[in-house]
Amino acid sequence: MDILFLLIPLSVSLGLLILAALGWAVWRGQFDALDAEGERILGSD
Amino acid sequence: MSNHPHPAPSFNDSVVRQFSLMAVVWGVVGMLVGVFIAAQLAWPELNFGIPWLSYGRLRPLHTNAVIFAFGGCALFATSYWVVQRTCQVPLFARRLASFTFWGWQAVIVAAAISLPLGYTSGKEYAELEWPIDILIALVWVSYAIVFFGTIGMRKVRHIYVANWFYGAFILAVAILHLVNSAAVPAGWMKSYSAYAGVQDAMVQWWYGHNAVGFFLTAGFLGMMYYFVPKQAERPVYSYRLSIVHFWALIFTYMWAGPHHLHYTALPDWTQSIGMVFSLILLAPSWGGMINGVMTLSGAWHKLRDDPVLRFLIVSLSFYGMSTFEGPMMSIKTVNALSHYTDWTVGHVHSGALGWVGLISMGSLYYLIPRLFGQKKMFSTPAIEVHFWLATLGIVLYIAAMWIAGVMQGLMWRAINNDGTLTYTFVESVKATYPFYVVRVIGGLLYLGGMLVMAWNTWMTVANGHSSRVTISPLPVAA
Repeated sequence: MDILFLLIPLSVSLGLLILAALGWAVWRGQFDALDAEGERILGSD
Repeated sequence: MSNHPHPAPSFNDSVVRQFSLMAVVWGVVGMLVGVFIAAQLAWPELNFGIPWLSYGRLRPLHTNAVIFAFGGCALFATSYWVVQRTCQVPLFARRLASFTFWGWQAVIVAAAISLPLGYTSGKEYAELEWPIDILIALVWVSYAIVFFGTIGMRKVRHIYVANWFYGAFILAVAILHLVNSAAVPAGWMKSYSAYAGVQDAMVQWWYGHNAVGFFLTAGFLGMMYYFVPKQAERPVYSYRLSIVHFWALIFTYMWAGPHHLHYTALPDWTQSIGMVFSLILLAPSWGGMINGVMTLSGAWHKLRDDPVLRFLIVSLSFYGMSTFEGPMMSIKTVNALSHYTDWTVGHVHSGALGWVGLISMGSLYYLIPRLFGQKKMFSTPAIEVHFWLATLGIVLYIAAMWIAGVMQGLMWRAINNDGTLTYTFVESVKATYPFYVVRVIGGLLYLGGMLVMAWNTWMTVANGHSSRVTISPLPVAA
């Protein structure tokens, strides 16, 4: 199963990438004030 | 703003219009091929002895047409609409956006020609040969640049949750395509996979299941999180839950693939990992499904009068159903019965016809009138007819395949006292015949609904006009 030497590191790096994206989003305050965000899209197109 | 020398910026809706209309066209084509090959399974004479019409060549044409042509165009159209509206800016790189449209159509036409001619790399849901694969990669990178470029230019600080789903879908599909399609060319339309044997099978289903997870799930969840609230005119039930849904789903999806390879040469522990991750997936999937459906909480009456909303909400119930069925089928003991039977085909179609199809149709019914300067589609009763044709079609299709699948599984495992098989394989084929006929009827109903949609779209466009939508200055954002 040599292929796991490709797929597991790939998945782990993707996991880390996702973690970094989550970190970025939290750190940049994307999720600080969520109460109004669901409503914002409801205005005109 | 008053002294602004330039005209007010406007949304780039022409590319959205193009993709929306082609989604309808390819929907009709892909479903027509689907009905035809379903009929071939019931009446094999229908291949007329012509190689180009043989099941083995038309089946990948069907899957490519409905997933990548119909579903793909619907995803391009809706993601371009959603990212512009939620970010309050026009698309980044207008010409590149136009290239994604023409490039994607070229990929589809190349598939429609090369697959019936028999050119295939033999990888399920990735059959196209390497020159087409390269074009796909170019279009996809352009798509990523347009999408993330638009996010980068946004005038709204918060990135709306639908964009996270669309973004994950775009990035994951790029990686999946590059890894799975790695091949050594041996001529212009011939190549050999970079992997061999069970390694190739593992890559194939790592790709295959993540294509389900990111192309057919995350992308369409992006659609759900925008068009369900818009059509219901209510914010999503819990915006916080939508954020949790997103991160939980993308963290856990990557390793469900090995459940496609139960009881094969794949190491046992890898199969078990696939099973465990598949079971875990039930939680975020149902969280998202409940979040979408509960958006109607307190406004259930809207379902009675609004067929577009019904498309969207019923699609979520099929999403819930197939994301329960999937983890269940990934359990090894269940899989021992279901694998290689038509139960799998039924499962896939409850997701494809029920979830992906209905959510796309509902979103397109929202988009098309707005793209052509109308308040609603030409005929609302026609949407109603489409809804019932589609729903009846799905029920017939999946009920037939459930019965056929369980029956096949039981017949194949039945053993006489002396240890010999009770049934020959062909006896199970013969017993399946009536269910194949029911499936054709279900498929015809679903296709009929799509034809009603095509007519309705034609009439809406004929009576409409495409107009520029200027981006109004934002109210001061929090």
